Amino acid sequence: MSGVRVLVGTRKGAFILTSDGSRNDWTIDGPHFGGWEVYHLNGSPADPDRLYASQSGGWFGQLIQRSDDGGKTWTTVGNDFTYAGGAGEHLWYDGTPRPWEFKRIWHLEPTRDDPDTVYAGAEDAALYVSTDGGQKWTELTALRTHPTGPTWQPGAGGLCLHTIILDPANKDRIYVAISAAGAFRSDDGGASWLPINKGLRSGEIPDQDAEVGHCVHRITQHPARPDTLFMQKHWDVMRSDDAGASWREVSGNLPSDFGFPIAVHAHEPETIYVVPIKSDSEHFPPEGRLRVYRSRTGGEEWEPLTNGLPQSNCYVNVLRDAMAVDTLDPCGIYFGTTGGQVYHSADGGDSWAPIVRDLPAVLSVEVQVLP
Amino acid sequence: MIRVILPAHLKNLAHVQGEVQLEVAGPDQDPGPVTQRRVLDVLEAQYPMLLGTIRDRHSGQRRAFVRFYACEEDLSNEPPDAPLPERVVAGQEPFIILGAMAGG
Repeated sequence: MSGVRVLVGTRKGAFILTSDGSRNDWTIDGPHFGGWEVYHLNGSPADPDRLYASQSGGWFGQLIQRSDDGGKTWTTVGNDFTYAGGAGEHLWYDGTPRPWEFKRIWHLEPTRDDPDTVYAGAEDAALYVSTDGGQKWTELTALRTHPTGPTWQPGAGGLCLHTIILDPANKDRIYVAISAAGAFRSDDGGASWLPINKGLRSGEIPDQDAEVGHCVHRITQHPARPDTLFMQKHWDVMRSDDAGASWREVSGNLPSDFGFPIAVHAHEPETIYVVPIKSDSEHFPPEGRLRVYRSRTGGEEWEPLTNGLPQSNCYVNVLRDAMAVDTLDPCGIYFGTTGGQVYHSADGGDSWAPIVRDLPAVLSVEVQVLP
Repeated sequence: MIRVILPAHLKNLAHVQGEVQLEVAGPDQDPGPVTQRRVLDVLEAQYPMLLGTIRDRHSGQRRAFVRFYACEEDLSNEPPDAPLPERVVAGQEPFIILGAMAGG
C-alpha cells in the first residue's frame, strides 16, 4: 500500500507526518530545525525523497536545507540570495521609495522532472532558481525589474513572492503571485513577465483597473486544466479560464470571501476548497466555526464542510501555503492552523480529523504520495 | 588557538558541541593582529554552513541581532579589523557569539 508524507512548516520548526495509504495512523517526526521559522518545505515530484526546506529567523537569517532521504537527515545548501544587478527600489507603506531588501524565502517549488532544479520565492519579491540542488541560486531578474516594479508596495505580511506554479503543459510558462503586487505570468521561462490581473477588483487601491497592486493571497491550478486558475485574493475568490488573461469572481454564497489558501481536488478539476476568514481585520473563522468550503462547480456554489472540525470558539487562521491535497483515491485534503492543528480528510472533505493538535503555528503544509 | 562560543542554534547548525577552537594566527597564517574579521573568516571557512548567519555574506556587516562579547566587554560595535583582546588571542578567554535577547 502506498504511503503519505505530510510536510509541515511552523513558526518553530518543521514536522513530518507519515501514514500508510489508509491515512488512519500517523507518525509525527520533529521538530527539525527546532526554534527556527520554517516558512515552507516541499518535495521533488521526480524524487520524493528529495526535500527542500526554507529555514529562517530574525537572529541568524536565511538558510536552505536539503534532504536526500525523505527528511531523515538534512544538509545545509546555498543561502546566497542577492539581487542581481543592484537592488532597485519599490514603494514603502508610506509611499516613499525603498530599496529592495532580502528578508526570507517564502516558497520552494521543485520542478516536475529534475530533483536538482528548484525555484524559490523571496521577500522582498524576487524569483530565484537553482539547478544544482540548492547550492547556487540565480535570480530571474526580469520579474523584479518589470517596469511596474517601482510601484509595488508590500502587504501587511511583507512584499513576498509566495506562489510559484510551473505549468505542467508548457515548460516555459511560470505563474507567480506577490503580495501586494498581484499575479504575473512568464511564457519564456522567466525571461519576461506579464501582469495578469485583469478583472481583479480591490477596494484597497484607488484604481480598480490598476495593472498591479492587487493583494493576491494564493493561486492554484489543476494539472489537467492548465489554463484554468483559481485564486484566493485578499477579498474575493476568482477564477480564470484563459491562463490569467482575465478573471471573474466566483465567491458566490461563501459566508466571507476573505481568506488565504485555495486548493483544487486531485481528480476533479472543478472541485475547489477555501477556508473563509471573517475579514481583513479579524483573521479567524466567521462565528468561531472552522469550516472548509467546497465548490463542485468551480466556484459560485459552495457547501460548508464541518464534520470533525471545531464548530465553536475556534479563532485560528489558515495561512496561504497551509493547505494541500494528495493524489490518492479518495482525494485527501490537509490544512494547518495558526493554533498548531493539522487536520486532514481522507474522503474529499466530507469528514475531518486532526493528525496532530499542538504544534507551533503552522505556516505551510505540503503532501507527498509515496510509492 | 582562538576559542569561540557559538549560540545554541549555530552549534546545532554546525554540528558542534562546546567551544570551537580555531587556528587563526598559526605559522602559516597572516602575522598581523588577530581581529574579529579574521576569526569570522576562519570560522566560516571551517563551518561553511554558518555563512550568512553571523554577518552579511557580501558586506560583512554583523546581523542586527547578533552580538560579540569577550573579557566581559561588548565588542559588537568594534571595527571588524580592530585587534581582539590579548587574552582572547592567547586562548585564555573565549570570543562569544550570541543572539541578542529579542523575539519569542
